[in-house]
Amino acid sequence: MPEATTDRDPVYRDTGNLIPRNRAAHPVPYDPDYKTSVTRSPNLPLLSMDSTLTEETGPVFGHTLLGPLDNNLILNFSQGRAPAVGERIRVHGRVMDEHGRGLPNTLVEVWQANAGGRYRHVKDTYFAPLDPNFGGCGRCLTDAHGNYEFMTIRPGAYPWPNRGNEWRPMHIHFSLFGHSFGQRLITQMYFEGDPLIDRCPIAATVKSRSQLDRLVAPLDMHGSRPMDYLAWKFDIVLRGRRQTLFENRMEGL
Amino acid sequence: MPQTLTTLTETASQTAGPYVHIGCIPTFTGIEGVYPEDLGKSPIRDGAKGEVITITGSVYDGTGWALRDAMMESWQADAAGLYPGQTGADPAVSGFCRFAADGMTGEFTLRTVKPGPVPLRQGGHQAPHIAIWIVARGINIGLNTRIYFEDEDNSTDPLLNRIEQRPRVDTLIARKTGPGAYRWDIRLQGQGETVFLDM
Repeated sequence: MPEATTDRDPVYRDTGNLIPRNRAAHPVPYDPDYKTSVTRSPNLPLLSMDSTLTEETGPVFGHTLLGPLDNNLILNFSQGRAPAVGERIRVHGRVMDEHGRGLPNTLVEVWQANAGGRYRHVKDTYFAPLDPNFGGCGRCLTDAHGNYEFMTIRPGAYPWPNRGNEWRPMHIHFSLFGHSFGQRLITQMYFEGDPLIDRCPIAATVKSRSQLDRLVAPLDMHGSRPMDYLAWKFDIVLRGRRQTLFENRMEGL
Repeated sequence: MPQTLTTLTETASQTAGPYVHIGCIPTFTGIEGVYPEDLGKSPIRDGAKGEVITITGSVYDGTGWALRDAMMESWQADAAGLYPGQTGADPAVSGFCRFAADGMTGEFTLRTVKPGPVPLRQGGHQAPHIAIWIVARGINIGLNTRIYFEDEDNSTDPLLNRIEQRPRVDTLIARKTGPGAYRWDIRLQGQGETVFLDM
């Protein structure tokens, strides 16, 4: 968002193309240690091109979309009647672009397993029980500065079929929209100190250690509340747009 | 040491996993009542201008098996080629849709209006198209592609013209199967691999 300016100030506006994606910052599409990727990764190179209006525009969601419990996974499945079982946590952070500016009014969606590591999904057959008061989805819009928060329970680790004895670290799935379809991103947040992160072939699809570290949320005691919940902070960066300079020069200059 | 840049790097993607529906299309897996309705249930409302069309297809892996767990999103202009939010855009077109491969058959259907040609920044037009984003277990970063239409003039579209191997253009073109009905399949890998985009 441009700050208030005088007539003479140059104004940078995000009206340029999307900044091309740095693919080295992302997971490799093909990784034999994550077996399902072997038949689902393209063999041929992607077609690279400057973004067009198609990628630079995107759906806009308003506050009328949201219900009061949408970002409270402890209560939203029972609609406030009974809390979910598990360690109460607050997950919060800021959604920014590559220029480091907060992205206001952008939709953040999350989904996760329950405290026992079981998803409420037809395809999840793990014998850990479902929690009758936990659905596992939530959503919110970022505020004017790009901040978001959820209340939830800490998800459990769980086994999955891949190599012989495979366990996912505790994680929360995040879906981000930004302000354009080309910024669309799905990722996962891990928890600081979880020894399963370094054993996880899905986490290991991200080959840059610093990029993987950025998926690990630190414990945030300042954001927690005594006798109530712990907090974990997870900041997210989406693609930015090239900035173009609109020179509001005085006439004759 | 040079100065340090203050720009940030995009957060790394991770696979949407097999349970993406919980977060994105909760009713697909029986989660009712958390939200009034699934987000992006339809890209159009009654009264949307233009021709209503349905596009049916499947997402095939490298062995030719149709994924049962893929989720897709579409984003498009209205019949006049205007994106939602642009001045004069059709208020009955949200332009955004979420749809999933059927859990039994793997087939998906997108019901929408046919978009119009979209003007380019440097002049000229893009042929009518719908942007598609595909996520699933085993897809580590969402795949972007586009649907074009065989009964439109695609001859001057800059994206299609950039595809060196001309037979690969066909992977982005929906085939007409009847009045207002099209078929468009996605092949993630191997023979007939769909052209995926980095834009």
